[in-house]
Amino acid sequence: MPLLKDGKIADDTWAFVADGDELPAEGHVAVSLARFLTEHETLLAGNHQVGVKLANSEDPGALKPWLDRIGMIALEFPKYVDGRALSQAQLLRRRYGYTNEIRATGQVLRDQLRLMIRSGFDALVIDQADAEAVYAFSSHEFSEFYQAAADQSATIFEKRQQARQVKKPTDERTRNGN
Amino acid sequence: MYRYDEFDETLVRERAKQFRGQVERRLKGELREEHFKPLRLQNGVYLQLHAYMLRVAIPYGQLNAKKMRQLAYVADKFDKGYAHFTTRQNVQYNWIKLAEMPDVLDVLADVEMHAIQTSGNCIRNVTSDHLAGANLDEIEDPRPWCEIIRQWSTFHPEFSSLPRKFKIAVTAGETDRAAVRVHDIGLHMKKNAEGRIGFEFIVGGGLGRTPYIGLTTREWIAKEDLLSYLEANMRVYNRHGRRDNKYKARIKILVNELGLAEYSRQVEEEFAAQNTWEKVVLPQEEVERITAYFAPPKFQTLPVVSSAFEAFKAGGREQARWAKNNLRPHRAPGYISVHIALKPQGVAPGDATSDQMRAMADIGEQYGLDDIRVAHEQDVVYPHVKLDDVPAVYAALKAAGLHASNAGMGSDIIACPGLDYCNLSNARSISVANEIQAVFADPEFEDEVGTLHVNVSGCINACGHHHVGHIGILGVDKKGEEFYQVLFGGRADEKATIATIQGPGLKHEEVAPAIRRVIGKYLELRREPTEKFIDTMGRLGQAPFKEALYASA
Ligand code: SF4
Repeated sequence: MPLLKDGKIADDTWAFVADGDELPAEGHVAVSLARFLTEHETLLAGNHQVGVKLANSEDPGALKPWLDRIGMIALEFPKYVDGRALSQAQLLRRRYGYTNEIRATGQVLRDQLRLMIRSGFDALVIDQADAEAVYAFSSHEFSEFYQAAADQSATIFEKRQQARQVKKPTDERTRNGN
Repeated sequence: MYRYDEFDETLVRERAKQFRGQVERRLKGELREEHFKPLRLQNGVYLQLHAYMLRVAIPYGQLNAKKMRQLAYVADKFDKGYAHFTTRQNVQYNWIKLAEMPDVLDVLADVEMHAIQTSGNCIRNVTSDHLAGANLDEIEDPRPWCEIIRQWSTFHPEFSSLPRKFKIAVTAGETDRAAVRVHDIGLHMKKNAEGRIGFEFIVGGGLGRTPYIGLTTREWIAKEDLLSYLEANMRVYNRHGRRDNKYKARIKILVNELGLAEYSRQVEEEFAAQNTWEKVVLPQEEVERITAYFAPPKFQTLPVVSSAFEAFKAGGREQARWAKNNLRPHRAPGYISVHIALKPQGVAPGDATSDQMRAMADIGEQYGLDDIRVAHEQDVVYPHVKLDDVPAVYAALKAAGLHASNAGMGSDIIACPGLDYCNLSNARSISVANEIQAVFADPEFEDEVGTLHVNVSGCINACGHHHVGHIGILGVDKKGEEFYQVLFGGRADEKATIATIQGPGLKHEEVAPAIRRVIGKYLELRREPTEKFIDTMGRLGQAPFKEALYASA
C-alpha cells in the first residue's frame, strides 16, 4: 500500500517489529507502546531510529519524556468512523509539541484526509489509486476553517480579526471574551 | 438574524460542491454504500423506507420569510409539495432523489442554508428557546452563543467521528423551553454571585433507549471559557466514549459509567492542561459582531391593551380559544408571540404543505418583523407580533388552514414519523397520535382538560420524546404485532423528569380509550380547574391513573 508523506508517494523506511520478535541491529524500527515503555533505554541507545505504534485507546501522553527522540508515531483507524486517533494526533502536536512524523494507518479513506491532515497527520498509508492526486484534491477541497488545529491554516475568526484590525489599526484590544 | 459573511458563504458552497462530488462517485459506483453512508449522514441524507430523506438544518430554529419560501420551493420542485418540521427545530423532506440532493444543497446555499451535521456521529444542529428575544423571563438572548457554537462545531477536525451523535441546546429563560436537561450538553445561561452572565454546564442528558436527565458539572462557567470547556468535554468523550455498542455510545453512558465525579475530574484535568494556543477564545469584537445580528428589533411604543385585540377575542368562540391557547406573553408592551400549531386533527404532526409554508412566510414578513422560528414542539412561531395585528394574522392563518387552536393542549401531540416513513420503527405513531387527538376533538372538552403534553414514539429510539411527555406512548413489536406502552409523568422543562412505564402494552385500538379514561380520572381528582394534569399527578402519584389506564383491559 502506498505511503504518502506530505502528499507525495514516499519509500517506507520503517520496519514494524512485533512484540517478542528480535530487533534488527540498526535502521528505522517501530514497536508497540508497551515494548517501547519497557525497552526504551536499549532502543534509544542503539543504532536505531525509533518509532512507536499506538493503539487508539492508548494515551500519547505516556511518550512525553521521549518525544524529541522518537522519529515516527503510527496511529490507527481500525474503522474510519472511529475518530479517536484524531484526538491523539491533536494532543501530540498541540499539547506536547511533537514535530516528527505522525502516520495514519488502518482504514484511511479519501473523505477523511482533510480531518487527518488538520489534526496533525503528515503521513498516510492509503489504499487509493492515484493517491497523490486524490490527496492534493482532498486537502484543498475546503479553503476556510473555523477551528484552529494542528496545521497552520488561519482560522475564519483570525481572518475576521485581521480584517477588523486593518480597518481600525489603532484598536489595541486583544483576545478577551466578554 | 445572523447573516453569512464571505467566509461562512465560501464554506457552505464548498460543502455543496464536495457533496456533489461524493454523490457522483456513489452513483458511478466508485464509492461503496458502506463508505458513502457516514458521508451522506453528516449531510443529513438518510435512506428511509421508501426513499432518501433530507434533513435541512435550521440553526436554533431561526428562519425568515425568504428562507421559508425557499423551503417551500424545495418541497415543490424536489419533493411532493410538503415538508416536515421536526422536534430538533429542523425540516425534513421524505422523497428527494439522491441524484438531485446536490441541486437541493445549492438551492439552500442561495439563502444561507445547508444540511451540514444534521445527522451522523458529529455535533448536531444546536437548538434553543423558540421565544428567545421575545419572552419575559430570559436574562439575555441565547442566540449569539448558539451561532458561535454553530460556527465552532462546523466541520470540527477532531470531533467529526465521535462515538455517536452529539446534541447541544442553549437556553436563557427561567422557564426552560429548550429541554436542555435532556441533551448531551445543555447550557443554561445564568448569573454568578457577582452578577456576570455565564452558563450552567449540564452533561449527559438524553432520551433514546436509556433516558437520563443531564447532570450539572459546573454551576457557572464564564463566556470566555465556554468553547475551551466544550472542547475539553468533547475530547474526553471522543477518547473514552464507548464504541463497542451503538446503544451505549452516547455521552450519557460514559458519564454514568464513570460517575459524575470521575467524569468531571477528567474534563477538569483536560481543561487545565490546555495550552494558551489550544484555548478557543473569540476576540471581543467577534462576539460583539455576532451579537449585533440579534439586537432586539425596534419595537413601537404601544399601549398594553389593544382594543382591536380585545374585540377579536370577543368576536367568536373559535378565535377566542385560539387567542387563549396559541399566544404567549411578550416583553414589549402591545406585542405578543404567536404559535402556529402544526397539528390539526388527522394530519401528521409537524407537516406543512408548500402553500402553507408560503403563507407562513408572507404573514411573518407582513406582521412578524420577518422573524419566524421553529419550536421543538413542531410548531412554527412568530415571536414578535403587534396585538393590533392579531386579527389580521389569525384571518390569514385561517385562510391557509393554519389556525389550529390547540397549542400546548392535549391534541398538540409530538409524534415521530413511525412506521409510515421510518425503517427502524416497530409501530405506527401517526395513526395512534391521530386517534388520541380525536379524544380532544371537542374544543370545550380539550380546554376543560387544559395543558397536557402527549408524546408518541414509534420505537425505543424515542424521536417522539415519549420519555418527557406528561403522557408518553411508545410503540413496541410483540411477535409481529404492534403494541403501545404508556408512560406517565415526564417533563422536559426546568423540572425535567423521565416518565415511568405503567405496565403491559396496549393494542392500537385500545390506546385512545385508555387515555380517555386517564383524562377522566384527572378531571375527577384535580383540586381545582387550574391544577394541571401533571401537577395533579405529582400531588397524588401515578397509581390512580394507572388503575384508570387498565380499567377495562
Ligand atoms: S422513534 Fe423510532 S420509529 Fe420513530 S422516528 Fe425514531 S427511530 Fe423511527
